[in-house]
Amino acid sequence: MNGRRIGADFRVVARSYFRNPIALFFSLIFPIILIGLFGLIFSNVGGGTVTLPVVNADPGCPFDPLTHNTTTYCQEFLAALNGTHVVKVDVVSMPVATFASWLGQKDYTVGLVIPPGFGENYSQRLPANVTVYSNPQDAATSGTVFGAVQGVVNGFNLRAAGGTPFLGFRTSNIGSPVYTYIDYLIPGLIGFSILTSPMFSMVDVTSSYRKEGIFRQLSLTPLTRSEWLISRVLWYVALTFVTAAIMLGAGIGLFGAHVTFTFGLVPFLVVGSFFFVSLGMLAGSIAKTPESAALIGNIITFPMMFLSGTFFQVSSMPPGLQAFAHLLPLYYVIDGMNQVLLFSNTTQALYDLAIVLVGSLIVFALAVRFFRWRDE
Amino acid sequence: MPAAIEVRGLVKRYGPLAAVDGIDFDVPTGTVFAFLGPNGAGKTTTTEILEGLRRRTEGSVRVLELDPWSDGAALHRRIGVIPQDFRFFEKITPKEAIEYYRALFGTDVDPGKLLAQVELLDKIAARFDTLSGGQKQKLGLALALTNDPEICFLDEPTTGLDPHARRAIWAVIRTLKREGRTVFLTTHYLEEAEILADRVAIIHHGRIIAAGTPNEIIRAHGRPARLRVEGSPELAAYLRTTLGLSAFAEGGRIDVELGSARDALRVLNAVESSGLPWSAFETTQDTLEDVFVRLVGQMDDGALKSEAPT
Repeated sequence: MNGRRIGADFRVVARSYFRNPIALFFSLIFPIILIGLFGLIFSNVGGGTVTLPVVNADPGCPFDPLTHNTTTYCQEFLAALNGTHVVKVDVVSMPVATFASWLGQKDYTVGLVIPPGFGENYSQRLPANVTVYSNPQDAATSGTVFGAVQGVVNGFNLRAAGGTPFLGFRTSNIGSPVYTYIDYLIPGLIGFSILTSPMFSMVDVTSSYRKEGIFRQLSLTPLTRSEWLISRVLWYVALTFVTAAIMLGAGIGLFGAHVTFTFGLVPFLVVGSFFFVSLGMLAGSIAKTPESAALIGNIITFPMMFLSGTFFQVSSMPPGLQAFAHLLPLYYVIDGMNQVLLFSNTTQALYDLAIVLVGSLIVFALAVRFFRWRDE
Repeated sequence: MPAAIEVRGLVKRYGPLAAVDGIDFDVPTGTVFAFLGPNGAGKTTTTEILEGLRRRTEGSVRVLELDPWSDGAALHRRIGVIPQDFRFFEKITPKEAIEYYRALFGTDVDPGKLLAQVELLDKIAARFDTLSGGQKQKLGLALALTNDPEICFLDEPTTGLDPHARRAIWAVIRTLKREGRTVFLTTHYLEEAEILADRVAIIHHGRIIAAGTPNEIIRAHGRPARLRVEGSPELAAYLRTTLGLSAFAEGGRIDVELGSARDALRVLNAVESSGLPWSAFETTQDTLEDVFVRLVGQMDDGALKSEAPT
C-alpha cells in the first residue's frame, strides 16, 4: 500500500471526473434537482395548515348559552376547526350556489359550507349537515380536512349528548418537534446518491477498462488492485461529502430544512461509499462484457433505489416488502443516517453502521478476489 | 553477460490447442529482437508470457533473470510495454499521463523531454480522446519509457501509422538500442524487422520456423541472388550454355541465378563477349518478406492469403 500511488490515481480519477460534464451534472446539479423535486411533491403533505374557505349560510345562528351568549354555535364550530391546528378557516361571503365554481377558479381543493338553520337545529338537537367540498386528485389535503371536520363534528355531538371526553390524543413529530417533511427526505436522498453515483460508474469503469486493456496497462505498473480500489473509494467518499453538503444546503435554502450537518453522518458517508464502490467493482468484475455488467448493475441498483427508504419510508410499505427492504444494504445506510440526523438514536445508528461495515469488508474482499488485472 | 530473455521449451495450451508449442530462443542484452509471424501464430501469447501478463503451461522463461509470472511486480519495474492498440483514460493529457506513471513508478522523468523524444510535444496538453491513432501509440511508447526500462516490449508499434510517424518510432527504437536497452519487437512489417532487428525469429503454428540475423535467415531460406540483365531470349540461351547457370528470359529481362558473388562477374563478362545487344543490369536478392511469405506459405500450402503481411 503506497500513498503516493493512491494519490496519483486519485488525481487521475478526479481530473477525468471534472472533465466529464455528465458526471459533473449528476454529482453537482442532480442532487439539487432531486431535493427540489421531492421537496415540492411532498411539501403539501402534513406540512403546516390547510387554508379552508368557508361559506357561513346561517346568518341567524343562535348564541350559545354556555358562553353567556357571546359567541354563536357557528362561530364555535369554526373556532373548533381552527383549534385543530391543521386547518385555518377563511370565511368568505358568497351564495352557496357559486361557491364550488369559485373554489375551482381560485385553485382551492377544499371548502366548507355551514347550511342555513345549522345553529338552530343544533340547539334543538335536530340533524344538520355541513358540506365539505373536495378535489379527489388532492387526496392528501381532502383527508386532512375530512379528519379535522370529523373530529369537530364528533366533539359537538358528544357535547350535545351531554358526554365528557375521556379518550384523547396529542400529536408530536418523530424526532425534533421543529422538523418538517424536507428533513425526513434528506437522509433518503443522500442515501440515493451514495448508492447510485458509485454503482453506475464503477460497474461501467470496471468492465470497460478491462475490455479496452487499460487494466492490463495498469498491471504493468507498480499500482496494485487494492490501491486502485482504495483511490476509487476515496474519490467517491469525497464526492459523497460534496453531494451531501449540496443536498443539505438545498434543503435548508429552498425549503427551510432544520437538519444540520452532524459528525455522526461521516461514518455513514464513508462506509456507505466504500460499500457501493466495492459492490460496483464486484459486479463489473463478474460480468464478461460491459453490456452484461450494466445489466447486473441495474438488477442490483434498482430495487435498492426505491425500496431502501430513499423516497418512501420503509414503514409505509407492505410487510413482505418491508422484510425485503431489511435485506438491502442501503436500508441500513439510510436508517443509520435517519437515526443520527433526526432521532439522535446512537445505539440504533451503531447497529446499522456495524452491519454496513461488515458487509463492506466482505464485498471489498470479494471484489479484490474477483477483480483481475491479468489473465491466467 | 546473461541474455536479457531466455526461453526454453515454452508451451502454452488453451484446452487441447497449443498456441505455443515448445519454442526456444535467447535475446542478448542490448540487441533488437524482432518476433515475426502471421496472425494467430502465437506471437502475442508468447509476448504476454514474457511480459508476465499470461501464465505459461510448460517450459522455462527468464526475463532479466526473473520469472515473469511469479516475479511480475519486480519485473514490471524494469521493463516497458506498449500493447497493440494502446488505450488510456480519455480525458487525461499526455503530460498528465506521464506524471501519473512517474508517480506510480516513483521515477523522475521530465514529461516534456520524453514527449519530445517520441515527437508528441505539440500534443502535450491535448486530451487523449482527441489524439490520432499514431499520437496515441506515441504516448504509449513514451509511457513505456517512464521507468527507464532495461527491456522494451513493442507489440506492433507502427501498425496503422503513416510513413512519417513510422519513421519517428523507428528513430526512437534506434535510440533505445544506442542507450543499451534490449528491444523486443513484434511487427507485421518485415521491412521494419529487416531494418531494425539484430536478430529475428519467425513463429508459425506455435513453433519457430526460422531464427537468426535477417541475413542468416535470407541465406538459409531465400532463393539464390540473381543478376538481372535487359536482353533477348538468345542472350539467355547463350548465358545458359556458356556459364552453366540457370537463366530465364521474360519480357525483355533475363534473370540469372548466382551461386556466388564471383558468378556475377562471369555473367557480366559473358554478356559483354556474347556480342548480343543488352542494356541496364542489377542484382536482386530475396528480402526477409520474400522469405517469410515463402516459408509460411509452404507450411500452409498457400492457405495464408488473407493473413499475409502487407
